[in-house]
Amino acid sequence: MLQPFRLHDPATVADASNLLADLGEEARAYAGGTELLLAMKQGLLHYRHLVNIKPLGLSGIRFDEETRRLRIGATTTHRAVEHSAVVAARAPMLASMERHLANVRVRAVGTVGGNLCFAEPHSDVATVLLLHEATATLGSARGRRVVGIAELLRDAYTTCLHPDELLLDIEVPELPPNAGAAYQKAAFLERPSVGVGVALLPAADGSTVAEARVAVGCLGPVPVRVGEAERALAGAPLRGRAFERALDAALDAVGRACEPVDDLYGSAGYKRQLGVALMRRAAVAARDHAAPARGGGISATD
Amino acid sequence: MQPTSDVARDLASIECRLNGRRLQAVVPVHRTLLDFLRNDLGLTGAKRACDVQVCGACTVLVDGMPVSACTYLALEVHGKTVETCEGLARDGRLHPIQQAFVDAGALQCGFCTPGMVMITRALLNDHPRPSVEVIKAYLHGNLCRCTGYKKILEAVETAARACAAEDRAAAT
Ligand SMILES: Cc1cc2nc3c(=O)[nH]c(=O)nc-3n(C[C@H](O)[C@H](O)[C@H](O)COP(=O)(O)OP(=O)(O)OC[C@H]3O[C@@H](n4cnc5c(N)ncnc54)[C@H](O)[C@@H]3O)c2cc1C
Ligand code: FES
Ligand code: FES
Repeated sequence: MLQPFRLHDPATVADASNLLADLGEEARAYAGGTELLLAMKQGLLHYRHLVNIKPLGLSGIRFDEETRRLRIGATTTHRAVEHSAVVAARAPMLASMERHLANVRVRAVGTVGGNLCFAEPHSDVATVLLLHEATATLGSARGRRVVGIAELLRDAYTTCLHPDELLLDIEVPELPPNAGAAYQKAAFLERPSVGVGVALLPAADGSTVAEARVAVGCLGPVPVRVGEAERALAGAPLRGRAFERALDAALDAVGRACEPVDDLYGSAGYKRQLGVALMRRAAVAARDHAAPARGGGISATD
Repeated sequence: MQPTSDVARDLASIECRLNGRRLQAVVPVHRTLLDFLRNDLGLTGAKRACDVQVCGACTVLVDGMPVSACTYLALEVHGKTVETCEGLARDGRLHPIQQAFVDAGALQCGFCTPGMVMITRALLNDHPRPSVEVIKAYLHGNLCRCTGYKKILEAVETAARACAAEDRAAAT
């Protein structure tokens, strides 16, 4: 049962921010409510005031040709991202991930901003945004600041947002056209138990990896980039045995970097192995998408 | 500093179209859509099972999109259209989706069926000619403890054909 609360409908971001500041710990921003109402129904969270941020005009998707960045408003639903032609063209891995997130009902109501701000360790969105090196714009009555995804997500269920701050939008740089990227996940019911991704940015001649990005999600309190794995892949030829050798080294690093815990979905050891196995698939798919073809994403395994 | 503009409420007036009829109501802001439908309006088609958005027994459509009524505030339907399984039959005739579930024998206890029927409605809104993959992608969030899904898939495929045929007939 939901306990009674008051709903506030502020008109602007500054008003919402002032309200959150005034009401303090008794209040929380309310977007789709797919996490918030759930936790409140279960008695895990208690708020006497919810501040509705959906009417603040923070939803929408736009691609800026000049900066080559996709701008996704915080209250944009997963469904809107999933069905967006602009996202499909500019960030196919993100579009593909959204198609496999949760279920159709959660996607119709839940927002991208709500996913990030809840900082659930099992987020597909955060891991894919780490691969894109996306940034988040935070705003309050005091002003705005821009942070990276790694800075935004401090710990499980903890962000760097101040109590009076809202996430306004995220900016997602397009990957270069010759890049290959792929995200793989394993999920029981809805939430992912493991989610890993790779982006390979080839050198100009398309024969070697100029830059590798490797991100591991769900296997620790927050998703992380694995620098050691990225360094193992950087400079490697994109084809042949040498790629396989670099990949083996990268996968060793991934196995060491993740910190899975035993839970209903598997033992820590099992999840580590699953992460490494899925990472191999993601890397091979990213490699296959790289160079001549456009940067692309492959569907998740679920 | 500008004074903060705010509308704070404990109660919400809602005006919506529910199953084709205009509806006006005042609800506490914390009332879920599922409680509103079942307890206030007596529309008991949508069911509460998991209560955490994983089973789909409470699926209803808001502006044509499926939502979990168990975890959705009733006040959100203000200005929108709401469809529940009670609104599907016309003049005492089952809707083709409902008929397809009956014909395929796609239910045993029937507890999941209103949700299955409504998610099929959402599917066919978005994809009038769905592939099996698309059907599975829509149905994957709706659980059935009885049937094993095979007959449900058959029913959805039959329903898709029947609805497409109805649309063709309506167009001519
Ligand atoms: C059954 C189920 C399955 C799921 N499966 C997946 C999955 O497979 N992969 C995945 O990545 N995620 C999954 N999720 C998570 C899903 O993405 C989130 O529930 C959803 O995106 C949250 O958005 P919301 O708008 O409903 O947030 P709300 O519930 O409204 O808010 C969540 C939290 O974020 C805060 N908040 C929201 N927006 C802002 C903002 N703009 N600024 C500041 N604070 C804000 C709220 O105060 C609250 O604390 C699943 C969730 C459910 C319930
Ligand atoms: S009761 Fe709402 S999804 Fe299960
Ligand atoms: S028919 Fe019993 S749960 Fe589906």
